[in-house]
Amino acid sequence: MAHFFDEMYSGGASSEDRQVRQHYAEFASWLSAQSPETIARKRAESDLIFRRVGITFAVYGNDAGTERLIPFDIIPRIIHKAEWAKLEAGLVQRVKALNMFIHDIYHEQKIVKAGIIPPEQIFQNAQYRREMQDVNVVNDIYAHIAGVDIVRAGEGEFYVLEDNLRVPSGVSYMLENRKMMMRLFPDLFTRHKIAPVDHYPDLLLDNLRSVAPAGVTDPTVVVMTPGMYNSAYFEHAFLAQQMGVELVEGQDLFVKDNVVYMRTTRGPKRVDVIYRRIDDDFLDPLAFRPDSALGVPGLLQAYRAGKVTLTNAIGTGVADDKSIYPYVPDMVRFYLSEDPILNNVPTYQCRKKEDLSYTLANLEKLVVKEVHGAGGYGMLVGPASTKQEIEDFRARVIAKPDGYIAQPTLALSVCPTYVESGIAPRHLDLRPFVLSGKQVTMVKGGLTRVALKEGSLVVNSSQGGGTKDTWILEK
Amino acid sequence: MLSRTADHLFWMARYTERAENTARMLDVHVQTALLPQSTDDAEQGWRAVLGISELLYGYNQKYDKLTQKDVIDFMVRDPNNPSSIASCLRQARENARAVRGALTTEAWEIQNATWIKMQSYLQTNALEQNPSEFFEWVKHRSHLSRGVTIGTMLEDEAFHFIRLGTFLERADNTARIIDVKFHGAKETPSQKQNGQSQSQTQSQSQSARDEVGQIDFYYWAAILRSVSGFEIYRKVYRDVITPERVAELLILRADMPRSLAACMGNVLSNLHHVRNDVSADTERFAGKLHADLKFARIEEILEAGLHDYLTVFLERIFELGNRISRDFLVPLAA
Repeated sequence: MAHFFDEMYSGGASSEDRQVRQHYAEFASWLSAQSPETIARKRAESDLIFRRVGITFAVYGNDAGTERLIPFDIIPRIIHKAEWAKLEAGLVQRVKALNMFIHDIYHEQKIVKAGIIPPEQIFQNAQYRREMQDVNVVNDIYAHIAGVDIVRAGEGEFYVLEDNLRVPSGVSYMLENRKMMMRLFPDLFTRHKIAPVDHYPDLLLDNLRSVAPAGVTDPTVVVMTPGMYNSAYFEHAFLAQQMGVELVEGQDLFVKDNVVYMRTTRGPKRVDVIYRRIDDDFLDPLAFRPDSALGVPGLLQAYRAGKVTLTNAIGTGVADDKSIYPYVPDMVRFYLSEDPILNNVPTYQCRKKEDLSYTLANLEKLVVKEVHGAGGYGMLVGPASTKQEIEDFRARVIAKPDGYIAQPTLALSVCPTYVESGIAPRHLDLRPFVLSGKQVTMVKGGLTRVALKEGSLVVNSSQGGGTKDTWILEK
Repeated sequence: MLSRTADHLFWMARYTERAENTARMLDVHVQTALLPQSTDDAEQGWRAVLGISELLYGYNQKYDKLTQKDVIDFMVRDPNNPSSIASCLRQARENARAVRGALTTEAWEIQNATWIKMQSYLQTNALEQNPSEFFEWVKHRSHLSRGVTIGTMLEDEAFHFIRLGTFLERADNTARIIDVKFHGAKETPSQKQNGQSQSQTQSQSQSARDEVGQIDFYYWAAILRSVSGFEIYRKVYRDVITPERVAELLILRADMPRSLAACMGNVLSNLHHVRNDVSADTERFAGKLHADLKFARIEEILEAGLHDYLTVFLERIFELGNRISRDFLVPLAA
């Protein structure tokens, strides 16, 4: 087995010559003092609590309508202060540039005119929304909530995997995982100085209120969900409750004279800011998919008239598309005149001839992704795939080269994790959440996802991934 | 608050209350089935239970014979029977889940835990072995659900719509529980004894002053127990059990928490708390229904016929439910 960077241990792979990293020392000594029975009991307890509280996600496809728990692992992912400081600075920088980029392409398109991004990459992109051209949004912010996926390959060596700028989810698990750890192991929190995360809903509400349409002093904010059968419904309900705002569905809203109202027991009530957890395509059947029953007829019109704020804005998908991803470091340089703090993963764009031939020649070494894919679906992890899978994928890439990008298989870091056979290293990633309104803010933390299958690099919950609490140490 | 949210809360409470009252009604009939009676009488008893819940047709679609085991199975487990206890608790939980943010964490967890526990309960044969214990459990979960609502929720609109659902459903269900005795084509115990038919309830009320037959005593005692009214009856009347007084207690006593009068009083006060620009007529409608109970005398009701009286009452409750829905829960587009 190849050697991967271990979050908890340094040195060799075998247990004899490895050493506990300093920021894990306190936890390691605590863990070694726990009996296996205690741990087993606590793990069972956490399952029971998650189920009783109903922290579940719906599974699409087979067994539709069933609810599953996302496996929760009790060994935290710990990041020390200095490393986080760098991450945070890099994230703020990156999201700032991305917002400037979205504003630019829906207005003057300076970055295209400067020859940095080829025009067809933007204007032929299915995620580019013509409807947004020359529309002004409050504070020029488009991606109010970003969930940036980060992986680590080595000491201080972080890569951004994806900038999720549409409707990123997972923040409720960040919060519930923390609550669970504090409930199960309160003593750990007296032994460590861990940055708190539970004020996230307050930050979010502040952020949403700060982008209300001009002239609205006491905005009414709502969270908009596709409904209780959506896989992330728990999170929608959770955030609405934590912020103390209404959780609405499309059917609860209507538009009259370009103003959005919700139907209440005391008649129509005006809505100013909609934190929508529903894709662009489903927002307004008059403007996008006419068969969508989830949206609100006339919403786009009201939005373009500046009578309501949508978070995130319509058309942010053009910036987190995998075909645009390779240009993000250029955006940072172009808009901010700064060097990017966070690395991009080197990316081969199969639409380019030489990149395509490299990709096809090296499929067994690469990770190949659909440009518009998400959720771990429609991707090939070369080293983990059979010959047949690779050949099937080769045919797909050849048939539609511009639909794919390829990246080297990163040596994702691992963290000790409870699995059936005991504690074993498993690969993980990190999704911190970045809020943009009047300022760019974030809580110190994020959602750590872990691939529970041995050797697997796919951490998505829909693909059997689990989660961990994420600790940013304050000293 | 959102109309849809109010709708979910209202129905969450109604389904919880319906599960409780179904359990109460079934429990009474399991108890009375222990009395010596003919097979015909036993069958008639179960037919009445199904008939009063408007489920006879659905039952006959599925089963050929009327047996206690099948009726209980149908009324408790059957996922295709929308009024089975399993269906009610599932729908209560689905409604709660749709608006979990409008509930306190504890209120939601009670609904969720009830549903989880019910599923494991029904996977065993505990229900067959001891149905009364299961019915008791259903009642307790309903008590918990109500208690956690009162004990933890802000008394805002959400609270009042939950309470509205509880009392409207209870008014309906209590009326049905009282009416079971008069339901169905065949004679009920006291009618048979007196050689009367159903339309002759007037002379029945007179015979009520006479000593009640033994079977009748057990029957009415069971009805009282089903609405937790046996001890209350003793306390209030300090006398033998007569159908007339049972009817009075369960229909007109404002201080008897499951009586029609008490339910309507609560419906009215909760409606008052949520009133809006268009609800005045509905409030008047509910007020009249309440006044009719408040100022009625049991003799009048019995003279006119208890069954007829309850039939009209159920129709009015149904109409009130529709009006609440139209005014608050599913308003037409503005």
